[in-house]
Amino acid sequence: MFPFDYRRPAALAEAIAAHGGGGDVRYLAGGQSLVPALKLGLAQPSVLLDIARLPELRRIRAEGPTLVVGAAVTHAAMAEAVVAIPALAMLAGGIGDLQVRNMGTPGGALANNDPACDHAAGVLGLGAVIRTDRREIAAADFFLGMFETALEPGELIVEIVYSLPRRAGYAKVRNPASGYPVVGVFVAETGDGVRVAVTGAGATAFRLPEFEAALAADFSPLALAGLEVSPDDLNRDLHASHDYRAHLIGVLAGRAVADARR
Amino acid sequence: MQVSFTVNGALVETEVEPRVLLSTLLRERLGLTGTHVGCDTGQCGACTVHLDGRAVKSCMVLAVQADGRDILTIEGVAVGETLHPVQMAFRDRHALQCGFCTPGMVMTALDLVGHLEKPDEAAIRAGLAGNLCRCTGYRPIVEAVADAIRDGGG
Ligand SMILES: Cc1cc2nc3c(=O)[nH]c(=O)nc-3n(C[C@H](O)[C@H](O)[C@H](O)COP(=O)(O)OP(=O)(O)OC[C@H]3O[C@@H](n4cnc5c(N)ncnc54)[C@H](O)[C@@H]3O)c2cc1C
Ligand code: FES
Ligand code: FES
Repeated sequence: MFPFDYRRPAALAEAIAAHGGGGDVRYLAGGQSLVPALKLGLAQPSVLLDIARLPELRRIRAEGPTLVVGAAVTHAAMAEAVVAIPALAMLAGGIGDLQVRNMGTPGGALANNDPACDHAAGVLGLGAVIRTDRREIAAADFFLGMFETALEPGELIVEIVYSLPRRAGYAKVRNPASGYPVVGVFVAETGDGVRVAVTGAGATAFRLPEFEAALAADFSPLALAGLEVSPDDLNRDLHASHDYRAHLIGVLAGRAVADARR
Repeated sequence: MQVSFTVNGALVETEVEPRVLLSTLLRERLGLTGTHVGCDTGQCGACTVHLDGRAVKSCMVLAVQADGRDILTIEGVAVGETLHPVQMAFRDRHALQCGFCTPGMVMTALDLVGHLEKPDEAAIRAGLAGNLCRCTGYRPIVEAVADAIRDGGG
C-alpha cells in the first residue's frame, strides 16, 4: 500500500473544510470498498479523512413522512433499525456478509456506485433524496454511470431521505462468492406511483417505465407477464450473460412484487 | 500516528503508520497470530476479530480505524484453560479439521450467538457466509452455532 496521512476530524464542518475539494484527499467511511482499492493501488490518496464516527452521519430518524438515514450508519445497523421500510432493512441485511455489513455504510456504497450496488436500487426505487453538505440531489439525478455519481469533488453525503412507500419489495440473485447482486430489483408502490429499479444489470442502476406502468394498473406479479427487457445494453461478465440478466430482471421484478404484497 | 485501544481487555498504545492493516498490527506487532490471514482480500473471513463487539474482517480495516475502540481476538475468548461455550460447542461437534478457518469462524459465531434469537439453520448459514472452510463441509460448524444459541450463548 502507498503511504498516506490519516485524520479523523471531530466535526462535520471540520471534515468538509479539511477536504477542500482536493483531488488526492478521500473520505473514509467503512473502508469496505476503499481499503481494497488502496491495496490494489487503484486509489492513491495522500490524505484519508475518517468520517465514520461523526455523530451527524450516524443517526436514523423519522422526519414527517420520511425516514432519514445517516450516511455513516452501518448496513448492519440499518438492517436492525429501519423498521418503517422492511424491504429496505432486508436490502441492507442482504449486503455482502455479516463482517462487511458491520463496517460498510450506505454513504460509502452510494458514493462508490458499483454497478451492483444494492443501495442504488433502494434509493432509486423509493425515490430518495441524497442530502449532502451543500444541496439535495434527487435519486434520478444521482447515478451517472459506472462508478460515477453527481457528487462534486469534496462533496459529502450527510444523509439519505427516504419517502415511506405504501408497500415495497426487494429481490436479488446473489453472487455466491461476494453477495453482490448479479441482478437486484426493488419495487415500490408510493403516493406518486409505482417505481421499479434495477441494479447489477447495467452500468449503473436504472428504472423500468414499462414495468411501472403495468404495475400501476395492477400491482401483481401477473401484470408483468409478457414484458421483456432488451439485453442489448446490459452487463455481461463471467457471472452471467446479458441475456440471462435480462431474464432475471423479469423474474426478480415478479418476486419483488410478491414480497411487497405479503 | 499514535493510537490507543484495548486488545482482549488490555490497553495498547503504539505508533503505527496509517497504511498498516489491523490484521498486520495484531499478528506482527502484538504477536497475536491466532488471527489468520487466508486471502488478504476480504473473501475468507479467517482474519475476523471483534471491533466494539461486532465481527469485522481485520484485513479490511486499517489499524488507525480501531483507535480508541475495543478489540477482541480469538486469544481473548477463553478464560485461562476454560473454553468459551462457543468453543466447547465447536469441539463437541467436531466443527474443525485443519483449524485454519476456526479462529475466524468462532469470532463470527460469537457475533451470531449474541444476535440470533433462534437456532434457525438458514439464518446461521447466512450469518456464516463471510467465512470459508475448505475441510468440514460446514454442517458441523452450523450445528455448533445452533447448539451455542440453544444453550443461551454462554
Ligand atoms: C466481500 C465484500 C462483499 C460485498 N458485497 C456487497 C453487496 O452484496 N452489495 C453491495 O451493495 N455492496 C457490497 N460490498 C460493498 C460494501 O457495501 C461497501 O460497504 C460499500 O461499497 C462502501 O461503503 P464503505 O462505508 O465501506 O465506504 P468506503 O470504502 O470507506 O468508501 C468508498 C468510497 O466512498 C467515498 N465515501 C464514503 N463515505 C462518503 C460520504 N459520506 N460522502 C461522500 N463520499 C463518501 C470514499 O471516499 C470512497 O471513495 C461488498 C464489499 C466486500 C468487501
Ligand atoms: S484474510 Fe481477511 S478475509 Fe481473508
Ligand atoms: S477446518 Fe480446515 S479450513 Fe475449516
